[in-house]
Amino acid sequence: MHRILLAAAGLLATVMPALSQTLRVSLRQDLDVLDPTLTTSYVARIVLAGLCDKLFDIDAKLHIVPQLATGYEWSDDRTLVIHLRAGVTFHDGETMDANAVKYSLERHLTLQGSFRRSEIGSIDHVEALDPSTVRVVLKNSSGAFLAQLADRSGMVYPPQATEAAGKDFALHPVCSGPFSFVERVAQDHVTLARFPGYWDANDIHFDRVTYQVLPDNSVRLANLQAGTTDITEYLAPTDVATVKADPRLKLAVSDALGFIGLINNLDLGPRSNTPYGKNALVRRALDAAIDRTALVDVVFNGMFAPNVQPVAPNSPFYDEALSPPPRDLEKARALLRQAGVTPPIVLELLTPNQPDTLQAAEVIQSMAAEAGFDIRIVAMEVTAAGQVEQRGDYQAYLNGWSGRVDADGNTFQFLHTGQGNNFTGYSNPAVDRLLEQGRAMTDIGQRRVAYQQVWEALRRDLPVTFLYSPRNIVAMTAKLNGFRPIPDGMIRVQGLEMAK
Amino acid sequence: VRGHLGTRIAQIIPTLLLVSVLVFCLQQLMPGDPALVMAGEERGDPQVLAQIRAELWLDRSLPVQYLHWMGNVLQGNLGFSWRIRQPVAELVFQKLPVTLQLGAMAFAIAVLIGVPAGIVAAVYRNGFWDYVANAVGLAGLSTPNFWLGIMMILLISVQLGWLPPSGYVPLTEDWRQSLATTIMPAFVLGNAIAAVLMRHTRSAMLTSLDQDYVRTARAKGLREFVVVIRHALRNALIPVVTLGALELGTLFSGAVLTEQVFSIPGFGKMVVDAVFNRDYPVVQGVVLVTAFLYVMLNLLADVLYVVINPRLRGA
Repeated sequence: MHRILLAAAGLLATVMPALSQTLRVSLRQDLDVLDPTLTTSYVARIVLAGLCDKLFDIDAKLHIVPQLATGYEWSDDRTLVIHLRAGVTFHDGETMDANAVKYSLERHLTLQGSFRRSEIGSIDHVEALDPSTVRVVLKNSSGAFLAQLADRSGMVYPPQATEAAGKDFALHPVCSGPFSFVERVAQDHVTLARFPGYWDANDIHFDRVTYQVLPDNSVRLANLQAGTTDITEYLAPTDVATVKADPRLKLAVSDALGFIGLINNLDLGPRSNTPYGKNALVRRALDAAIDRTALVDVVFNGMFAPNVQPVAPNSPFYDEALSPPPRDLEKARALLRQAGVTPPIVLELLTPNQPDTLQAAEVIQSMAAEAGFDIRIVAMEVTAAGQVEQRGDYQAYLNGWSGRVDADGNTFQFLHTGQGNNFTGYSNPAVDRLLEQGRAMTDIGQRRVAYQQVWEALRRDLPVTFLYSPRNIVAMTAKLNGFRPIPDGMIRVQGLEMAK
Repeated sequence: VRGHLGTRIAQIIPTLLLVSVLVFCLQQLMPGDPALVMAGEERGDPQVLAQIRAELWLDRSLPVQYLHWMGNVLQGNLGFSWRIRQPVAELVFQKLPVTLQLGAMAFAIAVLIGVPAGIVAAVYRNGFWDYVANAVGLAGLSTPNFWLGIMMILLISVQLGWLPPSGYVPLTEDWRQSLATTIMPAFVLGNAIAAVLMRHTRSAMLTSLDQDYVRTARAKGLREFVVVIRHALRNALIPVVTLGALELGTLFSGAVLTEQVFSIPGFGKMVVDAVFNRDYPVVQGVVLVTAFLYVMLNLLADVLYVVINPRLRGA
């Protein structure tokens, strides 16, 4: 019997995947399209990080650093001059130069269905001054603009190959990144192969990268444990202890860019006509009843950061002085008395139907009950919930935002009067003015002052009750060296190396 | 027989038409606007939404949308996936062999376990082996697919390291790897059907074994093995074949969960993703093709009756 078992194990061992110089990455969901102009999904950005270089990148401290650019200067507050790296070629052999950059920015701006248009909509025109210099002229001054070129809007296309592919570009993407496209099987995997002509080839230590789609948290972890993947871009906070206890695995945790909070309906349709929607004192009472640290500890194993600002603690715009207040039930009850409302205050809380978010909603529900709130959770599939939010058919919505490098990307579109993504109906002229200043000014010190005033106003008005900032929890085999945790959560293949 | 089959084949077209209309109407009832999903973080921009709706014909009336889609289907064009911008027919051809392989393996496992277990249980009626077969069958029926799947991954892949925990390799690329990646999900999927087959084979066999012709066969002095397999089983198989064909439906719906757990890029996973992303053309295409397969398999079951039972040939 033992012999049979051994023989069976031997046979099975022969069908296990052989080790090769392939980096195997697991993703939490399938991507949409591998076209920087047209993609909206987070996981597509992770694959694009191996496929397409950008003009700029960000480092762990959110500083903008050059990638395809070598440097930049503002010749006035509306004119950005970018100097390009020489000797960079695309996967198809075309040369990356000023014309390619001009072509790419214009494609991002004008292609039908572009999701980059609003990010770089402040561009008036682009000029190629010489093969290695580009001038970008903006319609108005913008301190937030440069950060956009450190994401998909900064990815550069080879003009000939892109024109030839037309709308099918995403099926065979061509860029100038360290790896070139091999194949994609929807819902399963994307394979990239090392691009021998990469300008920074010495930093690349794998022949191939495969991105495997594994939506289930436990299955993603099981694959890491079984050694069939090398790194996962997202580990559930509840699985952190398992990874820490396993000597074959290791973790890299970094602050992410986004926020999670209660999106409060202040003035969008008749559902906003409640004491909670109309009276900031009632919202402040709920805010005082929530213990953010306990919430994060219970639901996310303490892995996320309690926060009351729309930017994460790693942001240069984060105000150290504005930390989450401790829970204060007395204050909550006093605020309700001051508002002239009698408990119980019924509040419907719309919640995406995902296990951890639902659990967070339940924790908030029980904390708020002690202050006199009767929270009724309405769990809904996330797409349906989005539509309900957009219609204003909600009172409060537990939701978040993936986040952007610059504070402008986490605020303006949600909080400025009349903006497309302002689904709270919030309108405060003073905040509008500060947000406009924050967007336009180029001096970081002045911008910080403006945003810190915004954070204070938001604490008073509470259009969004910010709760916590998620963190990027990346797990990998202990043999993988050179991983750099960067707030945007991308897996940068440069420098990654498997120990022998 | 030919007339009977002819009628069955003629019924296929209205069935498929009905399915297509139903799917088209039902998915309109799903909350959530596909344009909002496609717009992603741009959903606040009415211009972007209008542009998406126009591009996808979402701004036309429902009957116009249906006729537009049906017209294309009749020309062999199942449309484009809204989310990943690949032709639906291409996706179907990519995913169908995966689910068919998984389904065939699961069904083979179900038959290999279920039918012999049913025979043994009937022959040793109320004996030890009957109870064992019943206990195993009940356990198979009452174990949820996803739980069994996760447990097998943890035991066989993570603890023992014998098989890859998930993923899929096509048969044509590397048949050994392909079997290694599909054997666990096929077992999980086949396990519940095996239990159903076992119970039905057992009761059909019990009926057969009580028949006069079985007594006659025994009286002729035939060996018990020949009596059971050649005489009793052949008649007992008719209800089992019917059930087998019906259980293929269970197989397709079971594949949805199993493919999720084992990350197998098949039909089930595709349709779940498509529903969540409101990728209507994919949902429609997959449901239409699945309905077609289901109808064809039932037709095949009809043909099999005749092959198994010669008495039906004159009917």
